[in-house]
Amino acid sequence: METLMAFVVGGLFAAAIYMMLRRSIVKLVIGLILLSNGANLLLFTQAGMLRGAPPLVPLGATQPEGVVADPLAQALILTAIVIGFGVLAFAVVLIHRAYEVVEADDMDQMKDTDT
Amino acid sequence: MLLAILSGFLLATVAPAVHRQTGMNSGWVLAILPAALFLYFLSFLPAVGSGESIVISYPWVPGLDIQLSFLVDGLSLLFALLISGIGFFIVAYAGRYLEGHKDLGRFYVLILSFMASMLGLVLSDNLISLFVFWELTSITSYLLIGFNHEDATARRSALQGLFVTVGGGLALLTGLVMMAVVTGSYELSEILSSGDALRDHGWYVAIVLLVLLGCFTKSAQVPFHFWLPRAMAAPTPVSAYLHSATMVKAGVYLMARLNPSLGATDLWLILLGVFGALTMFTGVFMSIRSTGVKQVLAYSTVMALGTLTMLIGVGTDTAIMAAMAFLLAHSLYKGALFLIAGILDHEAGCKDFLQTGGLRHALPITATFAAIAALSLGGVIPMFGFVAKELLFEAVLEAPSLSGLLSLLTVASAILVVAVAAVVGIKPYWGPRVETPKTPHHEAPPAMLAGPAVLASLGLLFGVGVAMVDRGLLSAAAGAVYGSPVETYLSLWHGFNLPLMLSLLSLVLGLTIYFNWDRFRTATGFMDDLKRFGPERAYDKSMDGLVSISEWQTRVLQNGYLRYYLLTILLSTVALVTFSIARAGGLEIQMSLAGVRIQELAIVAVLLLAALVSVTTSSRLGAVASLGAVGFSVALIYVLFSAADVGITQVLVETLTVIMLVLVLFRLPGFLGLTPQALRIRDAVVALAFGVMVALLSLAASSTRFADSISEYFIRESEPSGFGRNIVNVILVDFRALDTLGEIVVLALAAVGVYAMIKLRAEDNRK
Amino acid sequence: MTRELNIQSLILRSASQLLLPLLLMFSIFLLLRGHDEPGGGFIAGLVAASAIALHMFAQDIHQAKRVLYADPRDLVGWGLVFGVISGVPAIFKGQAFFTSQWLEFTMPILGKIKVGTPLIFDIGVYLVVVGSVLLILLTLAEAED
Repeated sequence: METLMAFVVGGLFAAAIYMMLRRSIVKLVIGLILLSNGANLLLFTQAGMLRGAPPLVPLGATQPEGVVADPLAQALILTAIVIGFGVLAFAVVLIHRAYEVVEADDMDQMKDTDT
Repeated sequence: MLLAILSGFLLATVAPAVHRQTGMNSGWVLAILPAALFLYFLSFLPAVGSGESIVISYPWVPGLDIQLSFLVDGLSLLFALLISGIGFFIVAYAGRYLEGHKDLGRFYVLILSFMASMLGLVLSDNLISLFVFWELTSITSYLLIGFNHEDATARRSALQGLFVTVGGGLALLTGLVMMAVVTGSYELSEILSSGDALRDHGWYVAIVLLVLLGCFTKSAQVPFHFWLPRAMAAPTPVSAYLHSATMVKAGVYLMARLNPSLGATDLWLILLGVFGALTMFTGVFMSIRSTGVKQVLAYSTVMALGTLTMLIGVGTDTAIMAAMAFLLAHSLYKGALFLIAGILDHEAGCKDFLQTGGLRHALPITATFAAIAALSLGGVIPMFGFVAKELLFEAVLEAPSLSGLLSLLTVASAILVVAVAAVVGIKPYWGPRVETPKTPHHEAPPAMLAGPAVLASLGLLFGVGVAMVDRGLLSAAAGAVYGSPVETYLSLWHGFNLPLMLSLLSLVLGLTIYFNWDRFRTATGFMDDLKRFGPERAYDKSMDGLVSISEWQTRVLQNGYLRYYLLTILLSTVALVTFSIARAGGLEIQMSLAGVRIQELAIVAVLLLAALVSVTTSSRLGAVASLGAVGFSVALIYVLFSAADVGITQVLVETLTVIMLVLVLFRLPGFLGLTPQALRIRDAVVALAFGVMVALLSLAASSTRFADSISEYFIRESEPSGFGRNIVNVILVDFRALDTLGEIVVLALAAVGVYAMIKLRAEDNRK
Repeated sequence: MTRELNIQSLILRSASQLLLPLLLMFSIFLLLRGHDEPGGGFIAGLVAASAIALHMFAQDIHQAKRVLYADPRDLVGWGLVFGVISGVPAIFKGQAFFTSQWLEFTMPILGKIKVGTPLIFDIGVYLVVVGSVLLILLTLAEAED
C-alpha cells in the first residue's frame, strides 16, 4: 500500500505545483489546498499504514492489543489539517484583498510592491 | 560583577529621563556611575596585584555550554580601571561640551552603553560573550561616530568604521570558535593554559590569521588604519573616549589577552612586529603631515596602537612591561589631549592647528595641561611617557629577532612623535596670536577642565612616583600577558645608556622638524599622490562592487514573478536531490502492490481523477467540487488505515473549507487562459518531475528506517501515566501539549489576521 | 454584491433549529470523551463550528451570533488563556511546564472520576478552534453583506 500511496502523493504534488505555477490567483489557492493534502498524506504514508489497528487502548487495559498504527504521525497530521485550514483562510483573504487592490486575477500584474 | 557590567546598559535606559530632570548638570550626575565602577574595580587591586586572578561565572545558555563568566586579572583590571576612570571624565565633560545639543540625551544612552560593552569585553572570560561585547562596541561606536547623523560625512565615516570592524569581527568569530574546538573550552581562563596544544595544532596558522584580522581591523593597524582618522567625525568626547582610550584598544587587549596561548612563535612575532612597526611609523608620519587638530591626534593614536602591537609581538618580559606602561601612559595623555582639542574647538572654534597660536593668555589652564600632556606624549623626563619610551627602546633593542628593523622604525617614529608633541603642546598657545574663528572670552568650564587636568597630572605623577603603579597594577597586567610573573620593574632613571641617548637624539631632531614644520610638510607633499593607491581606495572599490552585485542579483532573482521564484526553488531542489542520489549511487527502493484491496484501489483512483479534474477544469465550481472529492477521498484513506481521529478532522475541515471557498472564491473572477501552450507544457514537465521525485523519495524512505520511532513510548505510557486510552489525544493534550499550544496560537493568529484584513478594509471604505 | 447568504429552504431552517442543539451537545460529548475514544478538542471544536456555520446558512448571521453568546474573538482569547493556565500548576510542584496534574474524585453515581490539567488544555483547544473558525467564517460572511 505504501508503494501505491507514494504515487498518489507524487500525483498530488505534481498537480499542486502545476496549479501554483499558473498566473491565476484562484488557481494558486487550489494548488495550496492540493499541496497540503499531499504533504499530510506523505507524512501518513511514512509512518506506516496498518488496517484496523487504531491507536486506542481497550477499556480496562493498560496497553493496546497487538501492533497499532503510529499515533504520533496522526497527532501531527491532525493539527496540520486544522492549521492548514487557518492558513488557507488567511491566504484566501489575502489574495482577495490583493485582487481588490490590483483589480486583476493575473499574478503578473502583482509584481510591483508599490501599487 | 554582572551588575557592574550591566549597570551601564541599565543607566542608559533612563539616561534621557535623568538628563531632562537635571538639565545642565546631567553630565556630573550620570558620571557618578563610572566613578562608582572605578572605585569598585579599584577594590580588586590588592588581590589582583598580588598575582591572583578571579573568575566569576553565571549560567547563560546552559544547553550550549555558554556561561556568562568574567575574569579579573591584571590585564582586565588595568583596562577596566581605564575605561571607568576615563569614562567618568568623558561623561562629565560631555555634559558641558554638548550642552544644549538636542540629542544630548541620546548621546548619554550611547556612551553609557558603549562603556558597558567595553567593560564586558575586557572582563569576559567566555569567548562567546567576549565576541558579543566586541560586536556591541562596534555597533555602539557606529552610532556614536554617526551621532551627527544629518551630516553625510559623519554617516559615511560611521559606516566605514562599522564595515571594517564588523568585517574583522566575522573573521575573529571564526578564529575564536576554531580555538575553542582545538582546546575544547570556551573559557579564556582554560584556553590560556593550553597554549602548547594550540601552537602544535594544524589550525594554528589559520587561527592566528583570523584572530589577528579581527584585532588589526579593530585596532586600526596598517592596512586597516584608514577608518580611525575618519571616525573623528564624532563629537570630541567620543573621539577622546573611543579612539584613544578604549574602543581601538580592544584589538590590542585581545592580542595581549591571547598572547600566552597564541604568542611566542615566529609567525606571531613577525606578523605583530612588522605590522605593528609599520603602523607605528605610518601613523606618526601621517600625524605630522596633518594639520587638523583631531587628525593629528587620531594619527598619533594609530602610532600608539602600532607600538603596542609591536611590543606584544616582541613578547619578551621587558616588551610586555613596556606595552602595559605605554598603554597606561597613552590613555592618560591622549585622553587629556583630545579633551583639550575639544576645548580649543568649543572656546576658540579651532579645528586646525594652522588657525591657532598665542592662546596662552586666553586659556592659561588649558595651555598648562596641554603642555604637561604633550611632554608625556613626547616622552620627556620626568613624565610617565618617558618611562614608557625608555622601556620601549630597551625592548626593541633586545628583541629576539628583527631587532634592527624594529629599532630603526621605532627611533624614526620617536623623532616624529616629538615633533607631533610640539605641534600639539606649543603651536596653539605660544608664538604670535593668530586670529581664531571665535575669540575665547573665558577659560573652559570646570567640567571640561577636570578631565585634562587630572589625566595630564597623573601622567606627571606616575612618572615621578613610578612605584605607585609599577608593582601591583602594571606588573600584574604584564604577568597576565606574559603568562608568568615578570621581573622587569619600572624606574624613571636608568643611567646614561643607549635608550637615553636615543631619547635625546629624538628630542633634538624632533624639535628641529617642528620648527621647520611647514617646509617638512611641503617636502613630503608627494605622499598625497600615493593616496590613490591606498587601502581606502580599495575599500571604496569593494563597496561599489558590493552595491552593483546587489543590484544585479535583485534584478535577476527578485524579479517579482511568483512563478519564477517557484521555478527556481523547485528546479534547484530537483537538481540537488538528483545530484545527491547520483552521488550515493542510486536509491534503494522496494515496490510492492501486494495486499492492496479493491476498495482502496477505487478510492485512490477517485482521488487522482478528482485531482486531475481540479487541475484541468475551466469552471471554479467544478474545481471546488473536485477539491472536495480529493479531500473526502483522503479522509477515507485515513479512516481505512486506523486513523479515525484524523479522518473525522479531515471531513470536518473539508466541509468548512468548501464553505469558506464559497464565501470568497466566487467573488473573484473566473479562470482566464493566460498562459500559452508551450509554457503550460514546460510547467507540466517541472511539476511532473517534482512529483516523481517526491514519489521516489517517499518510496525510498518507506523502505529505510534509521531509528526506532518514539511512538513506542507514547503507546506504552498513554494509559499508565497519561490516564487516557485515545493515544492520539493524549499526545496532543499531554505528552506534546506545548507543541499543541503553539499550533493553536498559529490558528488564532490566522483568524485574527483574516479579521484584521477584512475589518480594516471596512474602515478604509468608510473614510 | 448583495447576494442573499441564507438559503431559503423551509426544511433546512426547521432542521437546523433541531440539529443545532443536538450538534452542540454532541460536540461537548466528543470533547469530554476525547481522552479515551476518538474525539477531543480539535474535532469537537470543528463540530461545534460547523453546527453554527450551518445555522448561519439556514437562518442568518445575527441568529448564528446569538447562538454563540460570546464574541468569537473572546473565545479565541479565553481558549489561549485556558491552554496556558493548564501548564502552570506543574511549575508549583517543581516540575516542567505542562507536566500533567491529576485529581481523583469519587462521585456518588458516576464512580471514580479523574480530572486533570490535560482536560483544561483540551477545553482551551476547543475554544480556540471554535473561536478561530467562526471568526474567519463570520467575518467573511459579514463582508458579503
